[in-house]
Amino acid sequence: MIAINNLHKSFGDLEVLKGIDLNVEKGQAVVVIGPSGSGKTTFLRCLNILETPTAGTVAIDGHMADFSKPLPKKQIMGFRKQSAMVFQHYNLFPHMTALENVMEGPVTVQKIDRAEARAKAEELLTKVGLKEKMNEYPFQLSGGQQQRVGIARALALEPKVMLFDEPTSALDPELVGEVLQVMKELALEGMTMVVVTHEMRFAKGVADEVLFMDAGRIIERGTPQEIFDHPKEERTKQFLNLIQNADTI
Amino acid sequence: MKFHRNGLAKMYLNSIFTNPERLERLLDIAQSSFLPLLEGAIQYTIPLTLISFTIGLILATLTALARISTVKFFQIIARIYVSIIRGTPLLVQLSILFYGLPTVGITLEPFTAAILGFSLNVGAYASEVIRAAILSIPKGQWEAANTIGMSYSQALKRIILPQASRVSIPPLSNTFISLVKDTSLASFILVTEMFRRAQEIAAFNYEFLLLYSQAGLLYWIFCFLLSLVQGRLENRFDRYVSKA
Ligand SMILES: Nc1ncnc2c1ncn2[C@@H]1O[C@H](COP(=O)(O)OP(=O)(O)O)[C@@H](O)[C@H]1O
Ligand SMILES: [Mg+2]
Repeated sequence: MIAINNLHKSFGDLEVLKGIDLNVEKGQAVVVIGPSGSGKTTFLRCLNILETPTAGTVAIDGHMADFSKPLPKKQIMGFRKQSAMVFQHYNLFPHMTALENVMEGPVTVQKIDRAEARAKAEELLTKVGLKEKMNEYPFQLSGGQQQRVGIARALALEPKVMLFDEPTSALDPELVGEVLQVMKELALEGMTMVVVTHEMRFAKGVADEVLFMDAGRIIERGTPQEIFDHPKEERTKQFLNLIQNADTI
Repeated sequence: MKFHRNGLAKMYLNSIFTNPERLERLLDIAQSSFLPLLEGAIQYTIPLTLISFTIGLILATLTALARISTVKFFQIIARIYVSIIRGTPLLVQLSILFYGLPTVGITLEPFTAAILGFSLNVGAYASEVIRAAILSIPKGQWEAANTIGMSYSQALKRIILPQASRVSIPPLSNTFISLVKDTSLASFILVTEMFRRAQEIAAFNYEFLLLYSQAGLLYWIFCFLLSLVQGRLENRFDRYVSKA
C-alpha cells in the first residue's frame, strides 16, 4: 500500500530526514516512536506533501510521487488525496460546527451533494461517538472530542492511508483512552495507518510493526514485542528507558 | 483678543435669546436646510462611502494577497501602492485625479474621481489590516485545509478569510467610519455631497456656524449608527469563539 524509497528532507542546511525506506502492507498499522526532534512529524508531513521532500519516491496505492524533480500542483493534489492527516493539536476549523468540519472536504473538494455529505458526516460522527455533539463548535468540545472530530474529518475523504501525528499527546490523561479506542477500531476494520505515538499499550495492542526513529533515520524496526521487549540497538534501549521512567514518575 | 472673542460669542447667544426674530430666522434656516443636506448625503455621501468601501475592500484583499504571495513582483507592486497612498494626503490625491489628470487628457467626472480616490485609499489602508488578519490565522488551519485536499483558493475562501474577517471587523469599522467623514473632502472636487451643500447654503445666508454644525451633527449620527452595526457584526462573528 505504501512504498517509500530513500526519502530525504532538508530545511536549508538542516537535514531532517536522511533516507527513509519503508513498505507498509494494506491494512497494516505502523507505529513510529523516537525522541523529540528526530523527524517523526516531518516524515508524516512528507507523506501528505504538507512538506515537500527534497529527494526520494513515495508510492501510495499505485500513485507514485518522485521528489527528485518539482511536482506539478495537480499531481500533488492527486497524491495528497491518498492519505489524510490527524494533527497533534486537532486543527479543527473553529468557525464551523463539528458536522460542518466533517462535511467540508466532501462538499468543497469532492463536490458531493450537501445532503449526501451531511448523511455521511453524521454517520462518521456517530461512529466516533459524537452523535450528540454534531452541532457544537470546536470551542464547546473537550480535547478528546475535538480530536475525534479531527479523525472523522480525515475519514470523510475516504483516504487509503491515515496518518496520525501524536494524536493524544495534547490531551489530558483521562481523555486519551477515548481517542485511542477510535483508532483501534479503525485498525481492526483494516485501515492502513501510520501513527506517531508514545502510547505503548496502543502500540503493543494494535501495531503490526514498530519503527524507532532517531536523527532522521529508522534505527530499528520490528514487531512490538521485538522493539519493546528485546530492543537490539543501544539508542532504542536508552530511549525506551527514558519513556518508561517518565511513565512511572 | 480673548475679550473680543468672548464678546462676540456673547453677542451671538444674546442675539438668539433676546431677539425672537433672530431665533426664528435661525430655526427657519435649520429647518429648510435639513432636506438639502440630507439629499446631499443620500445622493453622494452614502453612495460614495458604500461604493468606495466595497471596491476598496476588494482592492485591499488583492493587495494583502499580493503582499503575502511568494511572487516577488506582486509583493513589490503592492508595497509601492500602499506606500504612495499612505504617504500622501488624501486631498492631494483627489486634486491630482480631478484637477491634475485633465492635463494629460484624462478628464474625470467629480463623482468618478472621488470614487477612484477613496477606493484607492481604502484599498491601501485596509490591505494592511487584512494582511495582518490573514497572518494571524495559525498555520495549522492552512495545513488542515490542505490535508482535506483543498487548493490555495479554496482554503483561502472557506477557511482563512472567514476567520480573518472576524479579526478584522474592529479595525475595518474604523476605516469605514473614517471614510464616511473623509467623503467631505469630495466637496473640494465639486461633488455636491453633504458638506458642500452646507457650504453652498452658508455662502448664501452667512450662517456658517449653524450650517457647519448641522452637517457635523449629521455625520455624527451616521457614525453612531455605524458603530451600532459594528457591535452587531462582532457579536455575530463571535458566536464560534469561547466567551471565557
Ligand atoms: N518548517 C521547518 N523549518 C525548519 N526546521 C524545521 C521545520 N520543521 C521542523 N524542523 C526541524 O526539523 C527537526 C525535526 O522536527 P520534527 O519532524 O518536528 O521532529 P519530531 O516530530 O520527531 O519531534 C527539528 O530539528 C525541527 O526543528
Ligand atoms: Mg512531532
